[in-house]
Amino acid sequence: MFKNITRRASKFAAIAAAGLLAMNVQAAEPIRIGSFLAVTGPASFLGDPELKTLEMYVEKINEEGGVLGRQLELIHYDDAGNASKARNFASRLIRSDRVDIIVGGSTTGATMAAAPMVEQAGVPFISLAGAVVITDPVKKWVFKTPQTDRMAAERVLTDMKERGLTKVGLISGTGGFGSSGREQTLAAASAMGGIEIVADETYGGSDTDMTAQLTNIRGTDGVQTILNFGFGQGPAIVTRNYAQLGIELPFYQSHGVASDGFLELAGSSADGLRLPASPLLVPESLPADDPQKPVVEAYKTEYEARWDSKVSTFGAYAYDGLMLAVEAIEKAGSTDKAAVRDALESIQGHVGVTGTFNMSPEDHNGLEAESFRILEVQDGSWKLIN
Amino acid sequence: MMARLSQFRLKGLVFMAIVVFAVPLFISNPFHYGLATQIALIAGAVVGLNLLVGFAGQISLGHAGFFGMGAYFSAIMTSNYGWSAIPALIVGAVGVAIIAWAVGRPILRLKGHYLSMATLAVGFIIAIILNNERAITGGPDGMPVPAFDVFGWELSPFGQYSLFGMDISGDLAWYLFAGVVLLAAVWLAQNLIDSPIGRALRSVHGSEVAASVVGVNTAKYKSLVFVISAVYASVMGALYGHFQGFITPSVASFDFSILLITMVVLGGMGSTIGVIIGAVVLELLPQLLADFQEMEMVLFGLILMLTMIFMPKGLLPTAANLLAKRRSKSAGGDA
Repeated sequence: MFKNITRRASKFAAIAAAGLLAMNVQAAEPIRIGSFLAVTGPASFLGDPELKTLEMYVEKINEEGGVLGRQLELIHYDDAGNASKARNFASRLIRSDRVDIIVGGSTTGATMAAAPMVEQAGVPFISLAGAVVITDPVKKWVFKTPQTDRMAAERVLTDMKERGLTKVGLISGTGGFGSSGREQTLAAASAMGGIEIVADETYGGSDTDMTAQLTNIRGTDGVQTILNFGFGQGPAIVTRNYAQLGIELPFYQSHGVASDGFLELAGSSADGLRLPASPLLVPESLPADDPQKPVVEAYKTEYEARWDSKVSTFGAYAYDGLMLAVEAIEKAGSTDKAAVRDALESIQGHVGVTGTFNMSPEDHNGLEAESFRILEVQDGSWKLIN
Repeated sequence: MMARLSQFRLKGLVFMAIVVFAVPLFISNPFHYGLATQIALIAGAVVGLNLLVGFAGQISLGHAGFFGMGAYFSAIMTSNYGWSAIPALIVGAVGVAIIAWAVGRPILRLKGHYLSMATLAVGFIIAIILNNERAITGGPDGMPVPAFDVFGWELSPFGQYSLFGMDISGDLAWYLFAGVVLLAAVWLAQNLIDSPIGRALRSVHGSEVAASVVGVNTAKYKSLVFVISAVYASVMGALYGHFQGFITPSVASFDFSILLITMVVLGGMGSTIGVIIGAVVLELLPQLLADFQEMEMVLFGLILMLTMIFMPKGLLPTAANLLAKRRSKSAGGDA
């Protein structure tokens, strides 16, 4: 017993030195890619396609010989969209699994909870979450693949201006996506100038009728168009109410509803509405000279063939994240964390499914607002406008 | 009798202290320290909740609300108003105490399901406010929390400190701090349980009518223990926020309230050490089961169900019973 205790104690004393040594010893052969995603829980519609995408492309890359001649190993945990779980799993990935790079974080909360630890440990981290706070201000080790909600707002407002619509009625959900979108729309409108938000209404995530808010907006003086920023079932209800009230104004939705599921929910009442979306929804209508066309088409066919389910924009964020990670590791020529980070930051003209990435020390997202395509719903399907 | 009681109290505490300070001998990974810190802080809140549930026999399905209030008050005051962590923690706890008292007086008149529903509603209201007041709380995306500081000295999981000439990492320092806080929480709870207040509470648990007949002011004691347990949650919530460095409204969610209650029930209602074991088990299980991927939640549910079916009194009381039975059996065999 006593011997045991002394052994423990000496082990404890050796820990500091051992820890330092372990840091310097290169890990085993495979390149370890860590991930924490909201595979279950309320945000599972994000995490599920993301995980499927990561799994299938890690397999594919390994079959083709891996990266730098080394196989990839995916280590992933389910954070269920919960920020403190995300922080725990990020800690586990960094300190216990000792991953080389992290591609994950389905939600903004999960990403932001993990960010301080990632920054401190110095591990390249590519987030799959939307909000602008992730990369603004720029954090040294944190990158992200989806466009920000600010870009979506800018894209929509630009399209409105081009159509001569300058007085906007805004309606938004009170969830994370809607309220952040509302804030960014207000900020973008005042930054752009020449366009004005004349009405500002909100609805709760579980509301089942938004006619009151829509009637208010319709009654606002001079309103020319209506924009809804929301997520989940809310926007579909707004769309139905819009048609039921017979509102004639041009109607815009956010990228939060850019999925085929939304078309099913909203039915014919969605006809004529516009939204900013990934080209993934309309691969066949992309012009032949669009550099994204082959990437988008390949991802769509491969995903749908493998999983027998519809491809989603969220999975595409994971695809871009993994491909950026692979390119950075190849560019760096090793898995040295600082070198990979520098390589990530210097990636130019990386054609992904979401858009073309041009990273820089000031921009860890690398996408332009133009990477969003404006789509219009016509006869129950998406039509590319520009 | 009193001497024996206090002796037991001391023994339990010494035992716990040994366990708490022995943990660093067995783990070395900073990730494990992080997990242990989190467990210690949550266990502190559970010890407080146990006073209400296990001793006074009242239920609260909204305790995460108080936990979240403490966390958010401290987060907002330290990050937006430049307060130091200690005054923020204390003022937050006082605020929570006042709210818990104001809310507790009327709702503790309710019993059984009605009481659960009322506390549930309190938790929901707090969670909704934290979610919707985006300008102050950051809304559903959460907000960052600065490191815990005492008179300009910062305790951060990323720092390096020296204690009695030994260099220790920030993770270990946080763990030791959380361990001491937990010990203090247990010591306070044990003293309360063995005081006249504790006896009054247990009489309320036994039979409220009988208690009031013998002259116990049941309304007063019930709201008192409600306030105390809310303060426990608030203080632990504030520390938890500082440790995590980032909080979202999920700390005040219904799920978390249920988790806290489950820890009490699983570990063994009315046993301070038992509920701590409950917290340890329920926090560690998801990490141990993480490797089972899709089966994780199924296994988690299954383990909980089996435990409650075969150990309805909770882990520790059942284990203690078994031990006592075996001992009396072997004693019988000797005779």
